[in-house]
Amino acid sequence: MASNKKYWQSVEELNQNSSIVETLRNNEFAEEIPTEEFLGDKEALSSSSTSRRDFLKYVGFSTAAASLAACEGPVIKSIPYVVQPEEIIPGVADYYATTMADGFDFANILIKTREGRPIKVENNTIAGSKVTANGRVHASVLSLYDSMRLKQPVVSGKPASWEEVDAKVKSGLSQAAATGGQVVVLTGTLASPSTDKIIAEFGAKYPGFRHVVYDAVSSSEALDAFQQVYGERALADYDFINSDVIVSVGADFLGDWQGGGYDNGYTINRIPKNGKMSKHIQIESNMSLTGANADKRIPLTVTEQKYALVKIYNIVTGSSVSVPAVNATYAKAVEAAASQLKAAGSRGVLVTGLDDVNAQLLAIAINNALQSAAFNPAAPRYVRKGDAKAVAKLVADMKAGSIHTLIMNNVNPVYTLPNSADFVEGLKKVKLSVSFALKEDETASKTTVAAAMPHYLESWGDVTIAKGTYAITQPTIRPLFNTKQFQDALLAWSGNPTAYYDYLKAVAPTYVAGKTWNQLVHDGVAVATVAPTAAAALGANYAGAASALASAKPTTGALELVFYTKTGIGDGQQANNPWLQEFPDPITRTSWDNYVTVSKADADALGLENWNVANGGLNGSYVTIEVGGKKLENVPVIIQPGQAKGTAGIALGYGRAAAMKKEMIVGVNAYSIYNNFNAFQTAKLTKTEGEHEFACVQLQRTLMGRGDIVKEATLNDFNTKDVADWNIMPVVSYDHKEVPAASIDLWESFDRTTGHHFNLSIDLNACTGCGACVIACHAENNVPVVGKSEIRRSRDMHWLRIDRYYSSKDTFAEDVEVKESMSGLLDSVEKFNNMEDPADNPQVVFQPVMCQHCNHAPCETVCPVAATSHGRQGQNHMAYNRCVGTRYCANNCPYKVRRFNWFLYNKNNDFDYHMNDDLGRMVLNPDVNVRSRGVMEKCSFCIQSTQAVILKAKREGRTVAKGEFNDACACSAACGTGAMVFGDVNEKEDPIVRLKEDERAYHLLSHIGTQPNVFYHVKVRNT
Amino acid sequence: MSIIIFNMKKVGNHTSISRILLFCLALSLSFTVSSFAQDPAAPAAATTAALAGDAAAAAPAAGAGDPVKGKELFNANCASCHKLDAKSTGPALRGVADKHDKAWLYKWIHNSSEMIKSGDAEAVKLFADNGGVTMTAFPQLSEGDIDNILAFTSQPKEVSAAPAAATAQAGGEGNGGSSNKLILGALVLVLIVLIVMLVLVNRTLKRVAAANGVVYPEAEPTLPLWKAYAKNQFLVLVTVILLMLSGAYFLYGYLMQVGVDKDYQPVQPIHFSHKIHAGDNGIDCKYCHSAARVSKNSGIPSLNVCMNCHKNIAEFAGDKDSLYVDHSKEFYTAEIQKLYDAVGWDKSAQKYTGKQKPVKWVRIHNLPDFVYFNHSQHVSVAGVECQTCHGPVETFEVMKQNAPLTMGWCINCHRETDVKVEGNDYYKKIHDELAKKYGVQKLTAANMGGTECGKCHY
Repeated sequence: MASNKKYWQSVEELNQNSSIVETLRNNEFAEEIPTEEFLGDKEALSSSSTSRRDFLKYVGFSTAAASLAACEGPVIKSIPYVVQPEEIIPGVADYYATTMADGFDFANILIKTREGRPIKVENNTIAGSKVTANGRVHASVLSLYDSMRLKQPVVSGKPASWEEVDAKVKSGLSQAAATGGQVVVLTGTLASPSTDKIIAEFGAKYPGFRHVVYDAVSSSEALDAFQQVYGERALADYDFINSDVIVSVGADFLGDWQGGGYDNGYTINRIPKNGKMSKHIQIESNMSLTGANADKRIPLTVTEQKYALVKIYNIVTGSSVSVPAVNATYAKAVEAAASQLKAAGSRGVLVTGLDDVNAQLLAIAINNALQSAAFNPAAPRYVRKGDAKAVAKLVADMKAGSIHTLIMNNVNPVYTLPNSADFVEGLKKVKLSVSFALKEDETASKTTVAAAMPHYLESWGDVTIAKGTYAITQPTIRPLFNTKQFQDALLAWSGNPTAYYDYLKAVAPTYVAGKTWNQLVHDGVAVATVAPTAAAALGANYAGAASALASAKPTTGALELVFYTKTGIGDGQQANNPWLQEFPDPITRTSWDNYVTVSKADADALGLENWNVANGGLNGSYVTIEVGGKKLENVPVIIQPGQAKGTAGIALGYGRAAAMKKEMIVGVNAYSIYNNFNAFQTAKLTKTEGEHEFACVQLQRTLMGRGDIVKEATLNDFNTKDVADWNIMPVVSYDHKEVPAASIDLWESFDRTTGHHFNLSIDLNACTGCGACVIACHAENNVPVVGKSEIRRSRDMHWLRIDRYYSSKDTFAEDVEVKESMSGLLDSVEKFNNMEDPADNPQVVFQPVMCQHCNHAPCETVCPVAATSHGRQGQNHMAYNRCVGTRYCANNCPYKVRRFNWFLYNKNNDFDYHMNDDLGRMVLNPDVNVRSRGVMEKCSFCIQSTQAVILKAKREGRTVAKGEFNDACACSAACGTGAMVFGDVNEKEDPIVRLKEDERAYHLLSHIGTQPNVFYHVKVRNT
Repeated sequence: MSIIIFNMKKVGNHTSISRILLFCLALSLSFTVSSFAQDPAAPAAATTAALAGDAAAAAPAAGAGDPVKGKELFNANCASCHKLDAKSTGPALRGVADKHDKAWLYKWIHNSSEMIKSGDAEAVKLFADNGGVTMTAFPQLSEGDIDNILAFTSQPKEVSAAPAAATAQAGGEGNGGSSNKLILGALVLVLIVLIVMLVLVNRTLKRVAAANGVVYPEAEPTLPLWKAYAKNQFLVLVTVILLMLSGAYFLYGYLMQVGVDKDYQPVQPIHFSHKIHAGDNGIDCKYCHSAARVSKNSGIPSLNVCMNCHKNIAEFAGDKDSLYVDHSKEFYTAEIQKLYDAVGWDKSAQKYTGKQKPVKWVRIHNLPDFVYFNHSQHVSVAGVECQTCHGPVETFEVMKQNAPLTMGWCINCHRETDVKVEGNDYYKKIHDELAKKYGVQKLTAANMGGTECGKCHY
């Protein structure tokens, strides 16, 4: 049937007599092409100096030139030192012991340098080292090469010389001295005896001089409590190694609580030995790293945590302070925790992270009542010293115009202060303001003098992390820019001609006994002359504190907002560090963002949602957070399993904008509502329009009852039952008999008993999910940063990921039961659907996954060009130059650990991260190739380092020393908790042999017969 | 395109082209122009000859001392600080015997610091004039030895005599050196004469035949050869196949050499002659390239390493053995001056000025980024001679890439070379195990896993 439909392009066509339609029909182009104008002008054409013949000549010549030029190899210059420093041999790494102390992170580390460039952070394992490096410390080496750093001093917005700065400051100071104006030095926590001395000497000249210490993320209440009891402004140290029962009330002690660095002692007792392991009970609001590792997690609001703390205090000390009842669901659990703690006696310890001086006092009281062996007030830590009251007073004084000179060092109050508007106003009334800063940040851009300061890798310094210890910070590279240390400047301004290096060298012997200066600089750490002495407890009104705490009123009609710092970004000092931005949060597995976490119940009540879109990306609603009249707009929401009902969590350290690369300006600045430096605020959340696109690297949230991926056992089962019951080895049917899956093989096996055979052991009990290994791997292997939109497309390049799984029921064991109880299609569909959602208070496991280096690798058999092949040392090799990018290997990998370079990630303006500027590329490891577009890459078991260890042994004519291979792999070397151990299973003495034979050992997906060289240890929970 | 590549490799290698040209010229003109065929080493040889002559003549004049022995002693004891005609660490020594009393000189050489201490005016002045540097005492030198040295230092400067002697002897040298070419030339000439004679004879015979009325029979018209060939389809097919095969062969050969820079010989900012340093003077490779022992890089020596020797060697002196020196003395001395300019050494003041500028050498051996090569593995562990890969560097006037540095070349060596396991405890266990496994006593690098991808590519 013929159609009589008429298709028309515009309404005009319907008008039969339209002249426009007629014109269009006759002319191909609606507008006239100006050919006549150009070609018609004969005169212009003939006078043109370029004839058609010339044109052809040019084309021919340029084509020929281009093709000829392409044939010639590039001339590469090689420029040796004119005078080579004695200690540098090109191609050989040098290591320097130093200490990081940026006011937030403190760690004793080694810096690996190549040709004079620091390229990697490693742990200083010499006796006396206090704190191992976390992810941020590992990433700090990249912050050194931040292209947005302040490169010279700036006076009143104009680049200046140091002479001008000195003149300006000196005249200002003499004016202050003459007029009696107040001089104030504002710093972060320094923990540096020599700097404290210099500041005191500097201030002696000025009456009313003050040194105000300001921690962006405050521990002020804990310091106040400790000071009240022990008379010193410090924080008690905790040796979790001496504890069997750990109760934490809102303390994320595996994270950044009171300066962090507690994970090593903690994990030692988490590995079951002789049937025993420690028990860890966590009472908290946000799902923290610590809560995820706990045996028992009790989600409570902050108010209820206070009640719980009083309850525990009552039970442990036998007091009877009246306290409102805790949430009925968890009241029993709290009581059980308290009685377990009491039963443990001196082997029990309680820590709290509540920002309340009364809560902190109770913690001290409880630990003293227990006579806790883990609680160590005799050798307190000095890593936090900030005084919230002093800072508040300073801001008030500035506003009142009574401060003449303000000298700041490595603080950014304009960004971090909740009342930064007041500070900015006060700053205008300050006659002379100086800010020593790494970048021209929010504060430095508003001060009279922005003094460019060197990175800690370019500086001298000393650090006392805890009483009785002393550590040195030494430069590992010449200053990259025209910078000056705060200490040097202060010495000069106080009229002392000594350079800080000489000053430090002179005073160090007074702090250290038994080590010469050279030894001290070599070791990096030493025992201090000031020995830890048990300070007599002054005591405090604990009962009063308890009743004050018990009188806390529950919040009604609003949520309790709890602030935290993320494992990646911390307090935000290193926000311009692409490694840290791309590092997925261990809990939410989301990178490049901060967000507010709410519980499922509250989300439902507020109408907030998270959902996945077609490309797998995670989207979420926005809310406006209102705290005490201040609003934080457009905060994305993540529904967090385990978040206590009635609470919400938000991370500090995001939303920085000054001196940042465009890509790195992400998130919202939660400091603006961090009122009174209290990590607990009452907030009102209201849903707003729009949807947020997250960069979340893990879509699956639950384990779906697949108990063979992360194997778990209770301590009881582990102790009493047969291995086969809790470490179930899969079986397959062969010849009509059930045989162990590992015994069946498609391939002929290869004799691997000769030479080295590398294995990596990962103990799921010791892994806290801290992610130090992820960053160390980044640094060692030149892993590119791909940015938020690529991460969202699941194109992350991390060679090592740490999977996080929630249980769908209260425990993983129940999940398995549900899965096994399924019968029939409909039942299983329904139950599986339910299992996709995590429980309200789920169990959590972390599982680091990298290339498993299968002896029978599925990837190797499918590569059409043999780019990936197996070495006899057990490593799965990847020859990048051979790879043509078919991605068959990634498709055939059951562990999904292969990463494809979808783009060229270096020298590409579309990926403007460190590999796109000359400065950032200085961090690259010269022993590892930088991959280009279209190439597959993956974990290599750090073959460059294992080969280097072997070569070193060969050169010295010896066998490889026991455990020497452990430090070869970046991940196992970075792992402070001992969760990852790397070694040679053919070497009887190597610790890995014992670990491989351990009854907890299992292979991931062992039923598919890939025979991996990575094995895991069953996670045992002390429930 | 191939011309370009050819050029790239020959950058700076002017001498070989000019030698070919020279040879052609010599072939055609060998008798008449002798100077063209002159051996470059001739002046040096002549110089030494002249020197010896002079020395012989001067010996009696110096009296008791023997200048030949004196030269030996001078080189062994004095040369590290003194030169004959230029200031070094110590003053120039030519004619020193005329400046001081002989007995004074004995005392001074035996123990100068003693003399300065005792307040000898002359000694104190000399000490002050030379920047207060104490001269090493030489009590082991007998007075006879010192006489010999003084005899050597008292010899007149012979430089001016050298060029004259060289020109005088040049002719003779030249003739002797090109006797082979002469014979060849003569043979060529004979050949030409024979050909000319043949043509002449042929013409004469034809003329005689014409004169005698001999008539040549008319040749039958035959198919031209190319037409016959074109008609034979089999032949055409065979030829086409052959052409294609050979084309493919050459194309393959051409493609396989793309990016292979064997014989790459760039012009360097300083003309550094490995021939003079490693060959003539026998300096060990690893003296300068010390990093090769412990590092992945062999290391281009930093300039302070050069200055270990060149602080004292400010000018190129040559020597009778350096028959193959390619450039003039002045040329080499100028190159040493370039080193001084870079390192900031003031030759006359014997001081560092502090003005440094790095030398931008052109890198010759360029491995791609995706290949890991470690010198120390090969040099220290395997004990491979540098020359195995880099060729006879001690004969290279201009450094070049000797090996193709292709993967096939690496792998070949790994397959063929036995691992040096003796005396290295690392290999003991693995050697025993592998030897048992393969039933051999010698193990190649490949047996040890040296041909696995990941050993070099990461």
